[in-house]
Amino acid sequence: MSFISHLINGISLGSVYAIIALGYTMVYGIAKMLNFAHGDVIMVGGFIIFTFMSTLGLNPIVSVLIAIILCTLLGLTIERIAYKPLRRAPSLAVLITAIGVSYLLQNLALLILGADSKSFSSVISLSSLSLADGRLIISGETLVTIPLCIVIMTTLNIYIRKSKVGRAMIAVSEDKDAAVLMGINVNKTIAITFAIGSSLAAVASALMFSTYPTLSSTAGAMPGIKAFVAAVFGGIGSVPGAMIGGILLGVIEILSRAYISTELGDAIVFLVLIIVLLVKPTGILGKNIQEKV
Amino acid sequence: MLEVKDLQVYYGVIQAIKNVSFKVEEGEIIALIGANGAGKTTILNTITGLIAAKNGEVLYDGVDIQKIPAHKIVSMGLAHVPEGRRVFSQLSVYENLLMGAYTRSDKNEVDASLQHVFKSFPRLEERRKQMAGTLSGGEQQMLAMGRALMSKPKIVLMDEPSMGLSPLLVEEVFGIIQNINKAGTTVLLVEQNAKKALSIAHRAYVMETGNIVLEGYAKDLMNDESVKKAYLGE
Repeated sequence: MSFISHLINGISLGSVYAIIALGYTMVYGIAKMLNFAHGDVIMVGGFIIFTFMSTLGLNPIVSVLIAIILCTLLGLTIERIAYKPLRRAPSLAVLITAIGVSYLLQNLALLILGADSKSFSSVISLSSLSLADGRLIISGETLVTIPLCIVIMTTLNIYIRKSKVGRAMIAVSEDKDAAVLMGINVNKTIAITFAIGSSLAAVASALMFSTYPTLSSTAGAMPGIKAFVAAVFGGIGSVPGAMIGGILLGVIEILSRAYISTELGDAIVFLVLIIVLLVKPTGILGKNIQEKV
Repeated sequence: MLEVKDLQVYYGVIQAIKNVSFKVEEGEIIALIGANGAGKTTILNTITGLIAAKNGEVLYDGVDIQKIPAHKIVSMGLAHVPEGRRVFSQLSVYENLLMGAYTRSDKNEVDASLQHVFKSFPRLEERRKQMAGTLSGGEQQMLAMGRALMSKPKIVLMDEPSMGLSPLLVEEVFGIIQNINKAGTTVLLVEQNAKKALSIAHRAYVMETGNIVLEGYAKDLMNDESVKKAYLGE
């Protein structure tokens, strides 16, 4: 029974990774860049929720909605100020800028909020579910996280495949010049992608900090990197890949913590990345990248 | 309708277009012929704003369109079928056609254009649900042309439509270009297949390493000794 319990916890953690991984994978797919500041947007989201809910005493749902709005604006601002001017720059310049933005956000948070970590109180008030005579307990956070992740993934997939903006995203991700010839505003499409990714980061922060309540200026870095691993694992650029990669990663992490070693949990996650990159460099659902001659 | 004046285009320090001027009148098929690397594609890409020119003007209905963002040019009635077709392989045939009508909002009119394209390219209707990436080269060329027509253009720029196609398909594609023109759309055609291009064009310009070296009526150029020798393989 404890195995099932670990498995459910793994899927729940993996769902959070999947939601964060979406931000990486969509931005990579469309702007062909790795936004390493994405994890820190989660941290900012956590602090916004904390401030409005715990300090100002607002309703949790309202606080999360405010965080979604502010994180979306933050994502748009980062894209406009830091990344848009580099649209035609070499990818290394963009990567270094992204790391710079990441440190900027972390240190701004340190400056404004201080070095001591805050204890985040859960935004989810649902009570836990007790099954099999109390041998299997599923927390309220898990009961919200997993279905919410499925809803987000399904909605996003339908939005990308069926809406005009979504199809424009696919077109831009495949061929920017051809997309321009269709009349698609590439800059606007990239900005929309950042907005979606950042709003999802806010949702992920609410779910993650409700389960793992330690909030500090670097709290977004590790989940950010793991979600990036999940995105690569599933096949970077692929939305269903982010879901599969995220959930697998969450399950691997929780099971290895439970059965192998608590300390080595993170190391095993990164070992998995190395193995995946060696065996299938494009990830589980990744497309074969054909270099044009 | 479209006039290019004293155009100069650079890739870094390399000058791809030295000084090019030409005119396309309404209702014409104009062919731009010349060897690989002469700068034909660069001219089309400069007209639709994918590349910025260093000097010169691109006048469309008398207005210089170089300052207009590239994505706004298609809605002015200027469509571009790029070299190598560039269809969206992860979208279906139908979705590709819809992308062609991206800037149009009237659903009924878009639907009418779709029916019109399906009438001109019956193969596209048969394969409307198929992913564009799985189409044959000829079908992709049809799709690229159909996609451009979905914007209801006044003028279509076509870049090497015959590239990589079998002689039979080349024949078909050039027939379609003539039909598009007969239906009232002006065509600016860039081709390495000079013979075919001259056979359907009204007028033509011959390019060599960034310059226009010859111009005239297509039927005159077809009988020009230097053109025959250099481009028609006679």
